[in-house]
Amino acid sequence: MTEARRHLLGVADLTADEIEGLLALTDSFVEVSRRRMPKVPALQGRTVTSLFYEDSTRTRLSFEQAAKRLSADTLSFSVSTSSVAKGESLRDTVETIEAMGVDAIVVRHRSAGVPHQIARWVSGSVVNAGDGWHEHPTQALLDCYTIREHLGGLGGRHVAIVGDINHSRVARSDVWAFTKLGAEVTLVAPPTLLPPSVEGWPVRVSHDLDAVLPTVDAVYLLRMQRERMAGTLVPSLREYTSCYGLTRRRVDLLGDKAIVMHPGPMNRGVEIAADVADLPRSVVVDQVRNGVAVRMAVLFDLLGSGRDLGGELDREGSR
Amino acid sequence: MKSIVIRGGEVVDATGTRRADVLVEDGRIAAVAEGSAADLAADVTLDAGGCVVAPGLVDLHTHLRQPGSEEAETVETGARAGALGGFTCILAMPNTIPAIDSAGVAREVLELGRGATCDVRTSAAITVGRAGTQLTPMAELAALGVRLFSDDGSGVQDARLMRHALEYARGLGVTLAQHCEDEVLSAGGAMHEGAWSSRLGVPGQPREAEEVMVLRDIALARMTGAAVHFQHLSTRHSVEMVAAAKAEGLPVTCEATPHHLTLTDARCAGYDPVFKVNPPLRTDDDVAAVRAGLAAGTVDCIATDHAPHAPEAKELPFDQAPPGMLGLETALALALTNLDLPIAEVLALMSWRPAAIIGADDAHGGPVAENRPANLCVVDPAATWTVDPGALASRSRNTPYAGMTLTGRVRHTLLAGEAVVVDAEAQR
Repeated sequence: MTEARRHLLGVADLTADEIEGLLALTDSFVEVSRRRMPKVPALQGRTVTSLFYEDSTRTRLSFEQAAKRLSADTLSFSVSTSSVAKGESLRDTVETIEAMGVDAIVVRHRSAGVPHQIARWVSGSVVNAGDGWHEHPTQALLDCYTIREHLGGLGGRHVAIVGDINHSRVARSDVWAFTKLGAEVTLVAPPTLLPPSVEGWPVRVSHDLDAVLPTVDAVYLLRMQRERMAGTLVPSLREYTSCYGLTRRRVDLLGDKAIVMHPGPMNRGVEIAADVADLPRSVVVDQVRNGVAVRMAVLFDLLGSGRDLGGELDREGSR
Repeated sequence: MKSIVIRGGEVVDATGTRRADVLVEDGRIAAVAEGSAADLAADVTLDAGGCVVAPGLVDLHTHLRQPGSEEAETVETGARAGALGGFTCILAMPNTIPAIDSAGVAREVLELGRGATCDVRTSAAITVGRAGTQLTPMAELAALGVRLFSDDGSGVQDARLMRHALEYARGLGVTLAQHCEDEVLSAGGAMHEGAWSSRLGVPGQPREAEEVMVLRDIALARMTGAAVHFQHLSTRHSVEMVAAAKAEGLPVTCEATPHHLTLTDARCAGYDPVFKVNPPLRTDDDVAAVRAGLAAGTVDCIATDHAPHAPEAKELPFDQAPPGMLGLETALALALTNLDLPIAEVLALMSWRPAAIIGADDAHGGPVAENRPANLCVVDPAATWTVDPGALASRSRNTPYAGMTLTGRVRHTLLAGEAVVVDAEAQR
């Protein structure tokens, strides 16, 4: 990313070159992760705080693992055990954390835009680990990395994102990431699960999964929130699965090389059939694995200015 | 009380425009001397060179927050903000804590307004506690001088109750004002539903949440013959429906806010809750339509919807922060800066037309003429100034216009013959 970029708030703000730069940096950290001692001193003396206002297992652990592998000190702020539970305001919490001397705050919040607000209040870096329905930029980066790993790149590829687009921060990041890197994106969902407007989105929209599947290089299934399915957006999970679930039958509509992706956690039997999730073309486990290296790249990019990657790594990719 | 002469200005009121000096004595206009040869003497001279001398402005939509939310505003601070904005009469909205839904609370607000730097009048709720189920004692409230009833902050959801409220109000000769929002359709929405909300991942409220209630209440006005005033209309279709209702001869009026005339939902892109308001900021097309409604006379007046919130409330996440923005101190300047209307038309929209809607025209908005009450504002239409939230008289800081340079500034305001604002400074 550019020298001026202090935060990672969303993929929509990034240029294609910035995304490519982060993916190149990720290559280096994938190499680190393969070592017997998968740790470098790159961010020694830096402190990374995770501030999660919403439950998360994989994202939080992945960021903490990434920070530790970079030798950063980590603080973990969890809402249920903190003064937030006693009614402390967002701003007071953030200023308290900042007063302890942190270099980066990794934030997740159920409300869109909270990372942007925090970024206005602090001098350190802010990394968006998911804000409401808005963005989840590191998820998109690891998705790009995973697609590149399996398909060689995104240029000219066709990706279908299927499911509850409107309530999905993953979709709102992936759309920008995939298209900025040259992929075509088709959103597949019933109209009730699409955003009210996709004006200005570089995507096509379809309500017919069977028609789209033969044309895609990757099908990206979104998690269906059971609690949203009270019957006003779709009649039932059963009907959803019959129209938009990746069933065994539908897998046969895919091309031989096409991959299946999911941000997790999966609802097996709803958006993805249980046995489909375990097919070789399913790359869900790779997505999770790449998450650590991608987050190392993001943290190093924001905090490691002027430093080398450390250890035996050469400086290639760190720019 | 000291006599005052306002010297060197151009008088603008509903009767027209003329060069004149104005002598104020004992709360009233004692003389209006037209022409350049005027030679009136008084204890105090206020310079109005290059200025327009006009009837004081009247705001039909002011949240004074008292009782209950004094950390955000009080009657005193809100009235001071009003005076600085050229207002001599402001109408308190009833969504205080407790709501202004009984004679006791209405009397308290009116009592707090005595001695304030605006003529503070109050609206009252249509339903007890603004809960939408039981009518307030409208006759008792009307006897205290309440002329406009509204559940503002929310609309009356129950169509049958609204029908009865209109019928009852017609019998009393009072007007019901509606905050048009179908709460089922708007549920959860923190901004206008459209391209921006979709991009930002913020739950939206569709324009139709406003429009279905405008449509319903036009039907109820036709049914009952009662007057309906539509508050803060914000969409093209709302304005078009009101235009059609007026063409039909129905007793409907409506207002638009400065922010719905100047800002769009694109402002929400940085997730700053200072741009969160209800109804939400809409699209360019809606702004153009509301402006066209002003020019065409469909929109009767500009009302501020001055809605103070303490800073900490506006530091909540966007979807949790309360809606509302300050308006009193910037409304006139925004209208003069942004609307392509002659100043006489802007004054009509902000003074005599709103005064007539709430029956305040006995004291406000009337012609600048001998023996009329001396409620006046003196406006320098060429003065430029930059909005500094820290310099506002309101107790809150939630203006969406911070840093914006505006053209047109209130130089003096006279309330009942007293100069409460002189040279853009509050005198008390």
